[in-house]
Formats: sequence, C-alpha cells, structure tokens
Amino acid sequence: MRRLRSIGAFAYDFVIGDDWRVAAVVVAALALTAVLAHVAGVNAWWLLPACVLAALGWSLRRATAGPRT
Amino acid sequence: MTALPLVLTVFVACAVEAVEALTIVLAAGLSRQWRSTFQGMAVALVVLAAVVAVLGPTITLLPLSVLRLVVGALLAIFGLQWLRKAILRATGHKALHDEASAYLREVAAAKAAATVRKRWVSDWYAFTLSFKGVLLEGLEVVFIVITFGDNQRDLGAAVIGAAIAVAVVAATGVAARAPLARVPENAMKFAVGIMLTSFGTFWGAEGAGVSWPGSDAALLALVPAVALVSLGYTALLRQRPRGVGRPAPVAQQPAAQQEVPSS
Repeated sequence: MRRLRSIGAFAYDFVIGDDWRVAAVVVAALALTAVLAHVAGVNAWWLLPACVLAALGWSLRRATAGPRT
Repeated sequence: MTALPLVLTVFVACAVEAVEALTIVLAAGLSRQWRSTFQGMAVALVVLAAVVAVLGPTITLLPLSVLRLVVGALLAIFGLQWLRKAILRATGHKALHDEASAYLREVAAAKAAATVRKRWVSDWYAFTLSFKGVLLEGLEVVFIVITFGDNQRDLGAAVIGAAIAVAVVAATGVAARAPLARVPENAMKFAVGIMLTSFGTFWGAEGAGVSWPGSDAALLALVPAVALVSLGYTALLRQRPRGVGRPAPVAQQPAAQQEVPSS
C-alpha cells in the first residue's frame, strides 16, 4: 500500500509538478477547443496557445506573490 | 517537418538530465566503489531501454489524433513545468540547481553510509544510488523520446538524439572526472521548456480537431511566440522582490549557486 502510494506521488509529481492549476487549464482549454471544433465548427487554433501562455503567467505570479513557490 | 528539431530537442533535454545523472554516478563511484556503481547504472539503462522498446511501438498503435491529443496535453503540461522552473530560477525566485554542491552533498551521504553486500552486488549503497539517479533522471528523457518520436513517427531519430547526448556528457565527465558545474543547465531547461510547450500545444490542438494556419509552418510562429512571452515574463519577474538565490541571465548560468533539492 505504501509502495503504491509512493508510486502515485511520483507519477503526480512527474506529470503535474508544482502547480496543478497549470495542468487543469491545459486540459480545460483542450476540451473547449475540441468542443468548438467538433460541435460549433469553429477552428479555434488560437485558444490553446493563449490559455497555455496565460496559465504560465498566472502560475509565475502565484509563485512569486506569496511565500509559496 | 524534418527530424532536426526533434533530434535537437531530445539532445538538449537528454544532456541536461545526463549532467544531473553524471553527478550522482561520480559521487557514488569516486566515494564508494566503481564496480557496484557501474552495475547500478547498467541495470538502470537496461530498464530505460526496455521502457522505450515496449512503450514506444505500443503507443504508435493509437490513432494519430488520439495520440496527438493525449501526448500534446502531457507535453504541454510537462513543458510548462520546465519553463516555470527555469524562469523562477533565472529571476532568483528559486535557487539554481548547482551540480558542485549537489555532488558534495551526495559524497558526504555516501561516505557516511555502511557497506552492505547483496548477492552479486558488493556495495549495495553505491548500486542503489547509481541505479536510482540514472533511472529517475532518465525517465524524463524517456518520456520526451517516446512522445516526440511517436508523434513524428520517427522514434529512431529521437533515440539517436538521446544517445548522442549521453555519449557526449559521459565522455566529458570521464575527461573532467568532476561534476559538470559549468554547463548552463538553466538556459538549456528554458530552451527545452519552450520546445516542449510549443510542440505540445501544436499537437494537442491538432488532436482536438484544429487545423493550424499554414499547417506545420505554424510552428515557426508558435515557438518564437512562446519564447518571446517567456522572456517577457522573465523580464517582469526580475523587477519583483526575490526570496531565494540570485538571478542568472537565461542565456548563462554561473558555475556555483545555492543548492536545491529538486532537479
């Protein structure tokens, strides 16, 4: 059980890293892009780059604003 | 798209991780015993090669759109991690990774540990230190090799990029017989972070059903855009009060800085 937990913690740290919000923004932006492309027929190629760069800025701002990094 | 960006990205990413693995291997070998250190390194390399050999071809069985969606998302998240860390270090908000102090820390721990023999390994501490160091640093490289190689349908080129990087770092380490503290790790991580984020964004959006203006040529705009915005964030953060370490230019990292526990 302890080994499973440590493997899970390693996988989380490996993929998600220090700020889970960045991963959440990327996944949400991809989902919205897919919905726009397949349901609304909008070729929203600009959405993911905009969200990715905004997420980076947000994460950096959070990391440098308070005691947490 | 040619294989050159693929090989270069994997080469730089692999070189960064190989420098960190070399520090651990040197600490184990010079302070403990080379035989067990090499055994640990060899077993770790076999495990990493097996992961590439099994996962690499298996993932290509997925439809390209699914592969690009999943791998693009993972690469973008992974790349943003590297980029975030590199920017925080470049602006002094996080201490720089320092191979010299990491080496001294590992040597001190290795000298304090007792020698235990287990089966065919005469020094279990040296074996596990070397095995864990090479495996953990290598896993990030394996991830990049598989995701880039499979997406480009050119796993061989990605493996070649990684192999050249390991060979160059190992040869330099053998010649220097010291941790490669002067390698500009942070600048390399910054560059790789830009590439991973750009390619992840490109493939992820394609997998989600988007058609990029200009097709693959869109990368020629996307990569500089990510780089410019990242440099902009770096410039902005340099003006904010800092808590840890001192800033280093993105293009150049000093040899000795404060130590940090993470890579």
